[in-house]
Amino acid sequence: MDDLSMIYSQIITEHNQDTTNKRGIKDPDLKERGHNPSCGDDITLSLKFKGDVIDDIAYEGSGCAISQASTSMMIDLVKGKTVEEALDYIKTFIGMIKKEITDEKELEKLEDAIALKNISMMPARVKCAVLAWHTLDEAIKKKKKPNSSK
Amino acid sequence: MSNGNVMQRDILDVNKIRKDFPILSIKVKGKDLVYFDNGATTQKPISVIKAVEHYNENLNGNPHRGAHYLGVTSTEAYEGAREKVRAFIGAKKSSEIIFTRNTTESLNLIAYSYGLNFVNKGDEIVIAISEHHSNILPWQMVARVKGAVLKYMYTNEDGKITEEEYKNKITDKTKIVSIAQVSNVLGTKYPVKDIVKYAHEKGAVAIVDGAQSTPHMKVDVSDLDADFFVFSGHKMLASMGIGVLYGKEELLNKMPPFLGGGDMIEYVTEQSATFAELPFKFEAGTQNVEGAVSLGAAIDYLNSIGLDKIEAYEQKLTEYALKKISELDYVTVYGPKNAKDKGGIISFNVKDVHPHDVATILNSYGVAVRSGHHCAQPLMKHLGIQASSRASFYFYNTFEEIDKFIEALKNVRKWLGYGRS
Repeated sequence: MDDLSMIYSQIITEHNQDTTNKRGIKDPDLKERGHNPSCGDDITLSLKFKGDVIDDIAYEGSGCAISQASTSMMIDLVKGKTVEEALDYIKTFIGMIKKEITDEKELEKLEDAIALKNISMMPARVKCAVLAWHTLDEAIKKKKKPNSSK
Repeated sequence: MSNGNVMQRDILDVNKIRKDFPILSIKVKGKDLVYFDNGATTQKPISVIKAVEHYNENLNGNPHRGAHYLGVTSTEAYEGAREKVRAFIGAKKSSEIIFTRNTTESLNLIAYSYGLNFVNKGDEIVIAISEHHSNILPWQMVARVKGAVLKYMYTNEDGKITEEEYKNKITDKTKIVSIAQVSNVLGTKYPVKDIVKYAHEKGAVAIVDGAQSTPHMKVDVSDLDADFFVFSGHKMLASMGIGVLYGKEELLNKMPPFLGGGDMIEYVTEQSATFAELPFKFEAGTQNVEGAVSLGAAIDYLNSIGLDKIEAYEQKLTEYALKKISELDYVTVYGPKNAKDKGGIISFNVKDVHPHDVATILNSYGVAVRSGHHCAQPLMKHLGIQASSRASFYFYNTFEEIDKFIEALKNVRKWLGYGRS
């Protein structure tokens, strides 16, 4: 049961049930869908920018607790930050899940999302944890290349 | 536990049977393994493991080639397995038994060799909404290439296909009807004999997918009168990578080969070839002989217990599980609620919890269930869900294991913070 407690920690179950970040945004600048076809996690991020700053970000969709909590945590983290800062969070988070970044000091900036560190020990669930982060990465790529389709 | 359950257990000597399956005694996270993913693949008894070992230690050669000793012993092993399969499913001739890799390959063989050659523009292909993707994608391909129409028979709220529904969908335009005998998600035992009969009345060819039925109940293809019948070895105690296509001789004879190559020819010249007799016409290249041997040994094992007993026992297990699960008001079960209408497959969802979390949590109690869309996305859409969890039983499972599963299930919501005190 110990590893279950590490995965379904209170902070993750709270984020899973919290719907603050689960909503639509009126006239978003960008919408990006991310899904794991094999298991059915399916989220769509909506973003609004003010210059280079992510002014508002929210998600809609469905999926397992890990994917939903991870998305909610990511949104808390990147809202109000610049695109470059967001990219740095993404890099750090994926590095943590891949066990490439293990330095606690470096991981501290991930705040609540650090609770997902233990997912790296469950190969079957890694893709649930990284879904939102890859989706945001794709969205930012599109912002940087405005000619590509929305 | 009631006396009724003691009686139910007596159908089979499960404790003795379990000793034949080494993997059933492993521990998962310090807990006894409860293996309820038999719809995905089954475990192997010692006799099957030993049969493959014996083949490789004593008989291995390339069948049908060469005049040396091992060429003969491997041919005997391979053709012996084919004869066991023939008898097991009640086919008239062993030449009607084609070895493939699995159910998926068998269905693709029919679609490419029969479908592409005998279905024409405007013809209709009828399948059930609950089909596995392996019984959907090949027909989408045939419909696309030939300009045919793919139609679906829909399940009702009890997971059944009514007589009205199949008579509505199968018409004079229908050329192919393809349906699973037992749904891999809902568990429903469909009235395939009636559907085959009606398909024939309308002049259609009928294909029965036996992947989820052949391991669990007595199958008689002659009685069913199916034109094609397909199943996989690994869902019935045998190795992965061996499957079966049964086809009526007159149909197989008029179909072109699926793959070209070694062992399926008669004469080959620079520009043309004539093909070998059935079944070799459809078995190009060196085949999975040790897989066929494992399937033969699996059939021997199943026969030693008796398919009728296996079906009766699994029905009691399913009845017990359905009753227990229905006591949990936060669990929704899909498919027939009466064990008599279904195989040992129970798909379900836990309120507020995604099936992947359900499976992860059950796993930590040692319970193995499948979660996801079960290769049946159109059915998921029809049911209005994204995914589900699935517990699927085999005759080596016990009533105690169902109790463990139910106890673990009671904890699922707590782990996600619902009803946590």
